[in-house]
Amino acid sequence: MSNFFTEFPEMPKATYRAMKKAIDAGYKDFAREWGDTIDAIFNPLLKLLVFFEDLLIATPWPIFMIVLMALTYWGSRSIKLCVSTFLAFVFIGYFQMWEETMSTIAIILTSVIMAVVIGLPTGIAMSRSDRTEKIVTPILDVMQTMPPFVYLIPIVMLMGIGKIPGLISVVIYAIPPLIRLTNLGIREVDQEALEAADAFGATKRQKLFEVQLPLALPTIFAGINQTIMMALAMVIIASMIGVKGLGQPVLQSIYNQYFTKGVLYGLAIVIVAIVFDRVSQSYGKRIQKHRSGKLI
Amino acid sequence: MPEAKIKIKNLYKIFGKNPTSAMEHVKNGVGKDELLEKHNHVLGLKDINLDIEEKSIQVVMGLSGSGKSTLIRHINRLIEPTDGSVTIDGAEVLKMNEEELRNFRRSKTAMVFQRFALLPHKTVLQNTIFGLHIQNINEEEAKKKALRWIERVGLSGYEDKYPQHLSGGMQQRVGLARALTNDGDILLMDEAFSALDPLIRKDMQDILLELQDELHKTVVFITHDLDEALKIGDRIAILKDGIMDQEGIPAEILLNPQTKYVKDFVEDVNRARVIKAKHIMDKLNGQDISKAMPVNQDEFIDRFIDKVISEKPEDLVIQDRDKNNVGFLSTKKLSEILKR
Repeated sequence: MSNFFTEFPEMPKATYRAMKKAIDAGYKDFAREWGDTIDAIFNPLLKLLVFFEDLLIATPWPIFMIVLMALTYWGSRSIKLCVSTFLAFVFIGYFQMWEETMSTIAIILTSVIMAVVIGLPTGIAMSRSDRTEKIVTPILDVMQTMPPFVYLIPIVMLMGIGKIPGLISVVIYAIPPLIRLTNLGIREVDQEALEAADAFGATKRQKLFEVQLPLALPTIFAGINQTIMMALAMVIIASMIGVKGLGQPVLQSIYNQYFTKGVLYGLAIVIVAIVFDRVSQSYGKRIQKHRSGKLI
Repeated sequence: MPEAKIKIKNLYKIFGKNPTSAMEHVKNGVGKDELLEKHNHVLGLKDINLDIEEKSIQVVMGLSGSGKSTLIRHINRLIEPTDGSVTIDGAEVLKMNEEELRNFRRSKTAMVFQRFALLPHKTVLQNTIFGLHIQNINEEEAKKKALRWIERVGLSGYEDKYPQHLSGGMQQRVGLARALTNDGDILLMDEAFSALDPLIRKDMQDILLELQDELHKTVVFITHDLDEALKIGDRIAILKDGIMDQEGIPAEILLNPQTKYVKDFVEDVNRARVIKAKHIMDKLNGQDISKAMPVNQDEFIDRFIDKVISEKPEDLVIQDRDKNNVGFLSTKKLSEILKR
C-alpha cells in the first residue's frame, strides 16, 4: 500500500516493451510498404529543390549579387540595406562559405514556397470555420512544441536520410506561424468592409480575394517572415539528417572542435537570417502603407 | 395609391441562441428588458410594419439601440429576420436563394455606411467602381460611370488617392459615389452622415437632396438626429426599443406626437421651419375670406410669418399653385401652433 504513494502506478514493464515493439514494428512495416510510394510523391519537390540549388550554385557570384541587390531594393526601397547586404555577402564569399550558403538559401526558398502553398489555404480554411480552427490549433501547438529531434525519427524511418526528409522537417517546424497569422489576419478584417462587400453583392470568393486577403496581407506577411526565420533555424538541425548547407560545417565543427570554422559558419547563418528578415520586414511594412491605417 | 416600393410586414428580429422559442414570449407581450433578463435574448425589432413609397425619402429615426440599423439591414437582408416579410417590387426578399439575393443586391440596392466602410487598399476610383467590378462589368464602361459620380460628389482630382488620405467628409462622398455608381433604385443610408462634422454634414445633406431631385431614388435614411430627419425625410418613422412608435410626414409627427418618447424628441424643434401652410389649414367651410391674406399651401410658416406680423390680417386663405383657394387658417390657430 505504501508503494502506491511513493511510486507511480506504472504500466508493467513487459506490457510497455510489447507496446513499443508493436508500434515500432507496425511503423517499420508501413515504412517498408509505402516508403517508395512516398518518395515518389515527393519527387517533384526534390526536383524543385535541386533545381534551385544548382541554379544558385551555378550562377556566377557577380550576377547573384546584382539580383540580390535588385531584390533587396525592390523589397525595402533602402540603399542602406542594399549596401549592408552586399558587404554581408562579401564576407560570406571571402571566407569560402559561398556554396554552402547557396545550398541553404535554396532549401529555405523551397521550404518557404511549400509552407505558403500549404499554409495559406489552411489558414484561410481555419478563418472560415470555428470548427476547423478548433481542430487545427492543437495540431499547430504540437508542431511548435514537439522537439524537432523527435519528429525527425519517424521521417528518417520513412524516407531515410537526405534532402526531402530534411525539407519536410523544416516545413513542419516553420509552417505554424504562417497558418496562425493567416487565420488571425483574416479574422481581424474590419467587419464593416465585409458587410459593404456583402451589400454590393460580392460572392464568397470575391470577398476573399477583394477584401479579406488584401486587408490581411500585412499580417500574413508577418507570418511569412516568421516562417523564413524558423526555417533558417531548422535548416541547421536538419543538417543532422543530411541536408547540405551551412548546418553541416557547424555540425562537423562541434564533433571536431573546430572553433574558428564553427564561428564563421555560425556568423554566415546569422547574416542570411538578418538579411532575409530585414528585407521581408521592410517589404511587409511597405505593403501596409495604405492598408493598415484605420479609417476615421 | 400605388403599391409601395418596399413593404415591410410583421417583421421580428430576436438576437440570441434560440430566437424561435423567444419569439413565443415576445408574441405574448414580453418586453425588451424582461426578455433579456429572463430569457437571455435581445429583442431587435418587434412587429414592424412599414410601406415605403417609390421615389420618396423614408427616414427611420431612433436613439442608439432602438433597432434602426437592424431594420435597414433587413431590407437587403444583411440580417436574417426571425419572422415577417420584406417585399420589394412585389418580390419577397426573404425567400430569395443565395444567388437571387446576390443579384438583387447588385441590381436593386446600394448602401452607404456610417463609418464609410471603404476598402483602404483601393483608390477612390477603385472603391467607387467596386460594385460594378464584382459584377464583372466591362472595366472601361464601369470607369466612365464611376468618374461621372466622382465628379458629381465633388471629388474630381482625387481618383487615385487612397481613402486614408481623405477627410471624413470626403470619404463619405466616396461612399456615396460608390452607392450611386451601382445604380440601384433603392439607396440605403445607415447613419450615413452621423460621423461627420456639423458643417460637412449639412453639405452632405444638401448634396443628397440635390441628387434626389434629379435621380428620384427610393431612399431609406437612418439617423438619430431629428433636425436631419426633418430636413431630409418625406416621411419619418420613429423607433424605440425595436418598436415603431409613430410613422408619418414630418409635420404630422411634430403636431401630433403619439407617445411621450416622440413628444420628448420633437419638443425643441422650430416648428415654423418644418410645417407648411397646408399641414395646418382647415377646410374651406364658408368662412369669410374677403379680408384674408393669401398664402401658398407649400410655404413653410417661417416664410410667411413676417408678412403676417406686418400686415396683421385676421385670417389666411391658403391657395394652391394656381391660386385656387384650398384652405383656411386663422391667425389665432397659427399662433397657437407656434406657441405649443
